[in-house]
Amino acid sequence: MTEYEHYEAVVVGCGPGGAAAAARLADHGVETLVLERGTEAGSKNVSGGLIYAEESAPYTIDDLFEGFREEAGERPVTDYHIHNIAENSVKTYDLSDLHEDDTDWCDAVLRRKMDSWLERRVHEKTSETGGGVLTNVRVNGLLRDGGEIVGVTCDELDPIKADLIVGADGVNSELARDAGLMDWEEPDEWFQGVKAVVDMEPDVIDDRFDIEPDEGAAHLFSGDLFEDVRGGGFLYTNEDSLSIGTVFHLDSLVEQEAEPHELLDALLTHPLLAQWVRDDYHEREYAAKLVPDSKKVAHEEPYRDRLVLVGDAAGQMQAQGPIIKGMNHAVTAGALAADAFVVTRGNTDSEAVGRRYAQMLEKSGTMDKLRPRRYEISRTLGERDAVTNVVERVLESPVGSVAIGNPIANRLLKRAYNSPFLVSMLPDTKTGYVTLPSIIGEEHGRSIHWENEIEPPTLEERIGDLTYDTDIGNPHIELRDESVEASGAAVHACPVSAEDFGGGCYRSETVATNGSEETLVSLDTQPCIECGTCAVVADTDWEHPRGGKGVEYREG
Amino acid sequence: MVEGSMRSIVLTKGVPDFSEGAVSFDEDGHLERGKTPTVMNPNDGFAVRAALQTKVRHGGHVSGMSMGPPGYADVLKEAMGSVYTDDSYLLSDRELAASDTWATAITLSAGLEKYQEEVGEIDLVFAGFKSADGETGQTGPQTAWAMDWPIVTHVLALDIDPDERTLRAKRLVEGDRDEIETVEAPLPCFVVTDPEFQPTYRKASHRLTHKRLRAETEERAADHDDHLTTWSQEDLNLDPDYIGLDGSPTIVSSVDPIPKAPSEREATMVDPDEETEMSEVLEEMQPYAAGAGD
Ligand SMILES: Cc1cc2nc3c(=O)[nH]c(=O)nc-3n(C[C@H](O)[C@H](O)[C@H](O)COP(=O)(O)OP(=O)(O)OC[C@H]3O[C@@H](n4cnc5c(N)ncnc54)[C@H](O)[C@@H]3O)c2cc1C
Ligand code: SF4
Repeated sequence: MTEYEHYEAVVVGCGPGGAAAAARLADHGVETLVLERGTEAGSKNVSGGLIYAEESAPYTIDDLFEGFREEAGERPVTDYHIHNIAENSVKTYDLSDLHEDDTDWCDAVLRRKMDSWLERRVHEKTSETGGGVLTNVRVNGLLRDGGEIVGVTCDELDPIKADLIVGADGVNSELARDAGLMDWEEPDEWFQGVKAVVDMEPDVIDDRFDIEPDEGAAHLFSGDLFEDVRGGGFLYTNEDSLSIGTVFHLDSLVEQEAEPHELLDALLTHPLLAQWVRDDYHEREYAAKLVPDSKKVAHEEPYRDRLVLVGDAAGQMQAQGPIIKGMNHAVTAGALAADAFVVTRGNTDSEAVGRRYAQMLEKSGTMDKLRPRRYEISRTLGERDAVTNVVERVLESPVGSVAIGNPIANRLLKRAYNSPFLVSMLPDTKTGYVTLPSIIGEEHGRSIHWENEIEPPTLEERIGDLTYDTDIGNPHIELRDESVEASGAAVHACPVSAEDFGGGCYRSETVATNGSEETLVSLDTQPCIECGTCAVVADTDWEHPRGGKGVEYREG
Repeated sequence: MVEGSMRSIVLTKGVPDFSEGAVSFDEDGHLERGKTPTVMNPNDGFAVRAALQTKVRHGGHVSGMSMGPPGYADVLKEAMGSVYTDDSYLLSDRELAASDTWATAITLSAGLEKYQEEVGEIDLVFAGFKSADGETGQTGPQTAWAMDWPIVTHVLALDIDPDERTLRAKRLVEGDRDEIETVEAPLPCFVVTDPEFQPTYRKASHRLTHKRLRAETEERAADHDDHLTTWSQEDLNLDPDYIGLDGSPTIVSSVDPIPKAPSEREATMVDPDEETEMSEVLEEMQPYAAGAGD
């Protein structure tokens, strides 16, 4: 084999998972090279996002990065509510108990600011080991020697060998796919998150949310405002902006042929939002990304040879009822992978590190959070349509609604929402996301009549406001099958495409073929925001753009 | 890090900043040098990239060198910011004012000689390709000639073998886009880069070095004066008859106020590969070269 450059450890991706792995490796004195495809860490990343420091977690981000909260975060969450909505009727529950369960602290973050701060710290630490962070480098595959994974190949660099390869490349991990550990086939294994970052002066935030400058608010929204699409909305306060977004089950988006940007607009224009945002609405950034559902895809053995996967790449993204925990688990997993490498260093069996890492995930209780055993049981119940239908019919009947509507039920429901145990059992059916919240809203809610003055930008304006460095003539996604059956879902589900919108990525076009008319799907990757949706819902050859190319998020 | 043994010089010059809003002309259409800020010749940027690539790949020391008024220190500082030079040498003297390319070449070669005597043996000299103020691109070749070192022009890509003390370059034949040849030359050697020169860093270690150099240089460039050596005409031991305006056989009659248009002046274009033309120039230059040598 040719002489290649060699590093003890190569970490692919500098999000929270990669940053944690690299920092911990460097702390152990391991020569560590970090490769990040963005022009700066964070320029490709999107979260809601609240980063949790769990009391039970073996590692939290501030353990690994001193000063994280002061320098990389926004506001801590001191106020947490969920709103059950049935048209204009809203019932609000305080969700503090669920939020505070096992929580040491929890801060809102914006990913560009957070990840670029982490990148600088990681570069300082890894430089000391003879490595460092390189941005604008996309890893495009695994380097193999006689079938065994021994390193990575990149668009921008010659192949690199390593004793440990940490795949921290996030959702739609090309490394996980190359290793055969993940596929991108089933929409029901993913959520799609969409979000807008909205300008707001700090004192206006304090005033409208009734908080102090060092406090922050979190609001969740569910019910019938998203029609029948399963999922919900969120609003978090940053230092001088708001993060407002939605997270939906991808299979539900596809089934309902829903337009993600319209669902976001449904939240933005709901009367409830008028108390916080007035006609001064100014959107800084529109963003989207897939989110894995750990209950279904968290890999029990996230390794192969010298490759270990951490974070979203391994499906370690926990939807704990309405609370989304991905960043914190990525941090834990990254640090554990580093520790596993150090304790197995020198072992001739290349999979020793992976096995140890999987054990550590199990022993630390992380795996049970990601794939609760009780969910496996309730899932089979919830997904049996017959059972669901019975529950729905009861709920929708006057008797069911009245039962939920009585005062005792009100108390119980609030408690149920705040029970980490119960929320982790909610089946992924319409019942939990739509039916129940809207009945709660209707029966217990009060009507609101605030006038919402928000005028969200059009999709065209949203795309126009984004920064791109287009890799002209080198599209990163290719459509394999242009038929509507194979790829038509992307026209709706792609967050920057829409039926009858010519400026998006996916379009459906009617073409005349010898006499008869046929509808075909076409793709233009220029406006692509690299969310990963069409990798799952359409028939494509899907890769990330080369290093530094494509969309560049300023907020994330 | 292991310090490499390569020692390179980047020759840069200042040019009036012809960008909108910066440039200033008097009533007669003469460029007002005093009112127009000086910036690094944009084409020297290509030389700078090649020098940087050499430093990143092979380590070692890179010095910036320029001839011009004291204000050119800013140009060298700019070079430090972009090529990450280790230090700067400014050849500056009232007597050197208004030199044409020949007188400049003589002065620069005297600077290089002094550098070799006092600082260290040079392996490579990088020069830019024409300057934005209408100079003809002769300074590089003329300085190489005065040093009696080989020169490779129109370089697109560069590979150096420090052990064999040779370089291998891909170059455009006669600056022609369609014809590319690979040449080898012994060190020390002059390299004139083509604007199409593309540095390549395909090793992670090279990119890490590049990043480290950038961080180090930011600090260094902040107090550039500490890294600047100025040599006067006396330091360089140059005969005033052969330098400055007196030593310049080229007379510039007027400069056209339109920045990009060719200047009206009487200059003799000499093809360095044309033997007869070249030897005439060489004869004319003989006394200057001797003056610089001692
Ligand atoms: C709308 C939305 C809301 C969310 N809300 C929350 C929340 O409130 N709380 C929470 O904890 N989580 C939330 N998440 C989930 C969270 O964002 C992820 O779980 C988390 O970012 C995972 O971290 P990671 O380090 O595994 O991957 P990422 O953060 O995705 O980092 C992967 C990195 O790898 C780089 N990369 C990818 N491919 C390559 C390659 N081939 N070569 C080189 N580099 C590459 C990327 O540029 C990126 O920097 C949300 C997600 C979305 C979309
Ligand atoms: S083209 Fe695909 S990856 Fe790009 S934004 Fe649309 S759905 Fe997402």
